[in-house]
Amino acid sequence: MSQVRVLVGTRKGAFVLTSDGKRQNWEVSGPHFAGWEIYHLKGSPADPNRLYASQSTSWFGQLIQRSNDGGKTWQPVGNKFAYEGIPGTHQWYDGTPHPWEFKRVWHLEPSLNDPDSVYAGIEDAALFHSSDGGQNWQELPGLRGHGSGPGWQPGAGGMCLHTIILDPKDANRIFIAISAAGAFRTDDGGKTWLPINRGLYSKYIPNPTAEVGHCVHHVAMHPARPGVLFMQKHWDVMRSDNAGDSWQEISGNLPTDFGFAIDVHAHEPDTVYVVPIKSDSEHFVPDGKLRVFRSRSGGNEWEPLSNGLPQENCYVNVLRDAMAVDTLDQCGVYFGTSGGQVYASADAGDHWAAIVRDLPAVLSVEVQTLP
Amino acid sequence: MPTIRIILPQHLRTLARVGAEFPLAVESPVTQRSIMDALESRYPMLQGTIRDHTTQQRRPFLRFFACETDISHEPADSPVPDAVTSGAEPLIIIGAIAGG
Repeated sequence: MSQVRVLVGTRKGAFVLTSDGKRQNWEVSGPHFAGWEIYHLKGSPADPNRLYASQSTSWFGQLIQRSNDGGKTWQPVGNKFAYEGIPGTHQWYDGTPHPWEFKRVWHLEPSLNDPDSVYAGIEDAALFHSSDGGQNWQELPGLRGHGSGPGWQPGAGGMCLHTIILDPKDANRIFIAISAAGAFRTDDGGKTWLPINRGLYSKYIPNPTAEVGHCVHHVAMHPARPGVLFMQKHWDVMRSDNAGDSWQEISGNLPTDFGFAIDVHAHEPDTVYVVPIKSDSEHFVPDGKLRVFRSRSGGNEWEPLSNGLPQENCYVNVLRDAMAVDTLDQCGVYFGTSGGQVYASADAGDHWAAIVRDLPAVLSVEVQTLP
Repeated sequence: MPTIRIILPQHLRTLARVGAEFPLAVESPVTQRSIMDALESRYPMLQGTIRDHTTQQRRPFLRFFACETDISHEPADSPVPDAVTSGAEPLIIIGAIAGG
């Protein structure tokens, strides 16, 4: 019978949750790296027992941990992220030039076919790659070297490269997103990058339709249809049908078009999930109700999913990397909250239950479907 | 080669798999730099956690205490107190007591 492994990164450690295909009873392992911030951990599609974790604190900086046994044991690997060449400057909050400085790894994206190949999205925004299982990291400098780089500016959470999507049908195509520069695409394996923000409208920047400067929160793609992208922006939920060349708003009837997380059903490329968050200064769910919204039409028409979720006195947030899906026949959907709950639905969102509660604030959720 | 005594913060003890205090052989002259070089050579997993990989600067939330004195701001190549070099006193690497 299939198994599901849920990888949870929190403010104070990592947790590994496992269940059989019924997804009713869960075993919780952790905290791993207790007391450290685990921004993200993710398994290799090529070897599900190979996991990578980003571990950091303000005291001791960044570590990368690697597991070869599905998270039972871990070993620290390389943690040196040195920008290529002279780092140069980007814009600081006050608009003045500020040197590029490494702060932390936000997202780890293992290769689709090589367990030793893994990408890292870092703050201050840059893309790094390791081809030796995380021992050594090299920047793909073409991204930061894009002519717009000196004009990039951090969002309130820092200038982070938080989203990395590898195109399963084109090994040379990668999508990334940066807060608050926007989305970019490479079609040559990372040598050169194209801003893909046409159609985004951001009223909080001087030119709302600028080529860069948009606060993209997250981007999701269905692997069977890599030309179609779904985006949760600071405000607006967007869709692109041409690999990011242009975007259309699909916020439709959402109660608020602000949010962080967005994901796509494993078997229905037009079924999309978001968690609307009250914007702009509160950053918790509206009306004290935790609701996932699902569109079965690729956007615009959204239905609230609340069965099993708290519908009063709930004031949590769901962060950008804290939602994922499994690939079982009946698609499972998972998300974690700032209140430390991880909720799961084994029926594509119709019914929900907390599979663990009272963890530290959840930063990321990833799911592995195991044979 | 002198053997000194080191005390690390709890998280780094876990990372390096060492106890509350442990001995470390250090090339003479014993300075903050030579101690860090020896520490990172013996325990590579500590690289980047106490001082920056590139700048070699001590991380902001860490301090070096010895003989009831904060020696963090002494030059990296100055000798540490004799009592540390002789092993009479430990070098304490301590994290800021702050945060949630």
